[in-house]
Amino acid sequence: MFRISHLFAAIAAAGLLAAPVQAQELTGTLKKIKDTGVVKVGHRDASVPFSYLDDQQKPIGYGMDICAKIVDRIKAELKMPNLKVEFVPVTSQTRIPVLMGGNIDMECGSTTNSVERQKQVAFAPTYFMTGTKIIVKKSSGIKGYDDLKGKTVVFTQGTTNERAMKAYNDEKKLGINFIPSKDHAESFLAVDTGRAVAFPMDDILLYGLKAGAKNPNDFEVIGEFLSDDPYAIMLRKDDPAFKKLVDDTVSGLYKSGEINKLYTKWFESKIPPKGINLNFPMSDGLKAAIKNPNDTGVGACGKMKC
Amino acid sequence: MFSNFDFDVIQRALPYLWQGMLTTLWLTLLAMVGGIVLGTILALMRLSSIKAISVPAGIYVNLLRATPLILVIFWFYFLVPIAIKHISGDSYAQGIGPFHSALIAFTLFEAAYYCEIIRAGIQSVPAGQVNAGYALGLTYSQATRLVVLPQAFRNMVPILLTQGIILFQDTSLVYVVGLTDFMGAASKVAQRDGRLVEMYLFAALIYFILCFLASYTVKRLQLRITPPR
Amino acid sequence: MDFGFLTQPAFSGGGTYLDWVFSGIKWTLLVSLCAWVIAFTLGSVLGVMRTTRVWWLNLPATAYVELFRNIPLLVQMFIWYFVVPEIVPKALGTWMKQGMPMPEFWSAVLALGFYTASRVAEQVRSGIQSIPRGQTHAALATGLTMPQVYRHLLLPMGYRIVIPPLTSEFLTIFKNSSVALTIGVLELTAQARTISEYTFRTFEIFTLATVVYVVITMAVVVLMQLLERRVRVPGYIGTGK
Repeated sequence: MFRISHLFAAIAAAGLLAAPVQAQELTGTLKKIKDTGVVKVGHRDASVPFSYLDDQQKPIGYGMDICAKIVDRIKAELKMPNLKVEFVPVTSQTRIPVLMGGNIDMECGSTTNSVERQKQVAFAPTYFMTGTKIIVKKSSGIKGYDDLKGKTVVFTQGTTNERAMKAYNDEKKLGINFIPSKDHAESFLAVDTGRAVAFPMDDILLYGLKAGAKNPNDFEVIGEFLSDDPYAIMLRKDDPAFKKLVDDTVSGLYKSGEINKLYTKWFESKIPPKGINLNFPMSDGLKAAIKNPNDTGVGACGKMKC
Repeated sequence: MFSNFDFDVIQRALPYLWQGMLTTLWLTLLAMVGGIVLGTILALMRLSSIKAISVPAGIYVNLLRATPLILVIFWFYFLVPIAIKHISGDSYAQGIGPFHSALIAFTLFEAAYYCEIIRAGIQSVPAGQVNAGYALGLTYSQATRLVVLPQAFRNMVPILLTQGIILFQDTSLVYVVGLTDFMGAASKVAQRDGRLVEMYLFAALIYFILCFLASYTVKRLQLRITPPR
Repeated sequence: MDFGFLTQPAFSGGGTYLDWVFSGIKWTLLVSLCAWVIAFTLGSVLGVMRTTRVWWLNLPATAYVELFRNIPLLVQMFIWYFVVPEIVPKALGTWMKQGMPMPEFWSAVLALGFYTASRVAEQVRSGIQSIPRGQTHAALATGLTMPQVYRHLLLPMGYRIVIPPLTSEFLTIFKNSSVALTIGVLELTAQARTISEYTFRTFEIFTLATVVYVVITMAVVVLMQLLERRVRVPGYIGTGK
């Protein structure tokens, strides 16, 4: 591996030599953005309405709008009005290594701020509150988690919902047969085609998937919350200057009330591509988080012990 | 049998799929060129009589040939940028994005395979040719450049191209890092619209047509350039 | 590098992370070996079919090889897993998705086996065709029938010649088994990723996985070299390469 690292070091060094000199006082992500002239925004394919692809395959959503505000702030701060924005698709499983490796500078999607993840990455203030439920076909007769005994359940690899469901399965000894999948759309299709009976996911994403299905009425979202999942934009750890910029931008949106407009746009209006309206009023939890912006994380195993 | 399938979904997605195909073709072409260049260097190193040169090249080739491509892609996308950050002491990791990571992974991976093809090709050039070159006063590098490599490559062109077709198929594995190549585009549309059957069959058809035509062309070429015995 | 985390209890299912690694190795080997049974058997039959001059044997085998060789393995895996259950009769499709145990495993085995069969067929064909035609003529002249020529001359000779290329096909299957992670088989590469997610020990676990692949590959190479030395055909050394 030694030679290969050298090759990479050479590439990285070439990049540094080309960098403008005035960026010396900056560190971390801001320096990276200044040096490279590009900010890399990580997005998801199917986290409706936070971060997903429209029918032109462009990433859009509530999280993407908030990230656009952050990009504006970066442009102003670095005095780089022509800063290039690059969108990089990530999945639940790739997001953390991709962020740490500098392939993206922030992830704008549906990532739960968990204490476990805080060992590796940092989070902006919470911008949505949700939790794990399951989606099933109405015809399956599944009414609650305990009906899943011995059944097949699909999960998206790398999610907190996977852990919450597995912790529940271990505790209640349900003997669930788990099958992994790459992203939420693929997991949902596993339920749609009958390969799995249930898919544990944050309820808001389940409502989004249901609304976008061919026959939304075939599905229902059921169960008590297995976990609490506060969503936030994910950033690299130990980068106080960039975190402050992001925190200030997000809190600014909260203080000015602009967040309410964004919320209404994505959760209480028709959204692309199919013009569905999620009709999902703001929860008390989110109202509290907007009043007191915070980046407190939750435990790893949902409401179970682990 | 296909009555409840919707093949219009393919037509609507064509521009997006075309973008994906361009990514696939670029990745194939660049990795092939890079792989052949690096593979030639490695082959010359492996054939060197100096152990300090031939052994590292041998280790590299055997290591890469024993590792699954998917694992190599993960190594480059996830880990190498972090390793460089540690080595260089920079304040940030300089990720180079999924396309360039994949390109480097494919180039280095394919180089190991090209190396073995090229090594066999070089060895197929009779030693007398090299000796004749030396007798004319050529240096080692001149003999390699002017006598050995041109003949070796002439014999190898079909095998190198066939390996290129395999590479073209292998690029579909960038799916695992979420890069939107042809297969990535097909699977994104398939999952978003819930049309797995139509999209995957279509992808298979396109890959089949392209690879079949390419390998047919290579076969024709092979018949033409094989020196008469 | 610190591999201490391997002995820690894993997040779920009892056991340690080391057990996850072993489970990954087990599934990698199971997928590879089951797929190899298909690839070797079917590939041998197809390869022999392609050497005959009988068109109704030759043509289907050629069509098979062209079809399965020219579609990427990943696509073939998706077709076995996602497409086949939807286009077969409904009851069978439902059984494939819900009744059949381990659908992802069997899809991976079928995809990998049928894909590699096309490559094995080509190796077997070229092995048989490398035997000088004079030998066949000589055998026919002694009064053997064509099937007897295959049984006593072409197949025994051909297989001894193609041991090295078949070894490399087996190693290809072994490495290609990692593609099964895309349809949810938790083989070695998939387990390495999962463990890295739970422990954040990405460097260590990827290194370990790479070492396991290299060690198994080397073991196979050494074993096959021993076999090759015992059954080598004098005068054919190196021709199989």
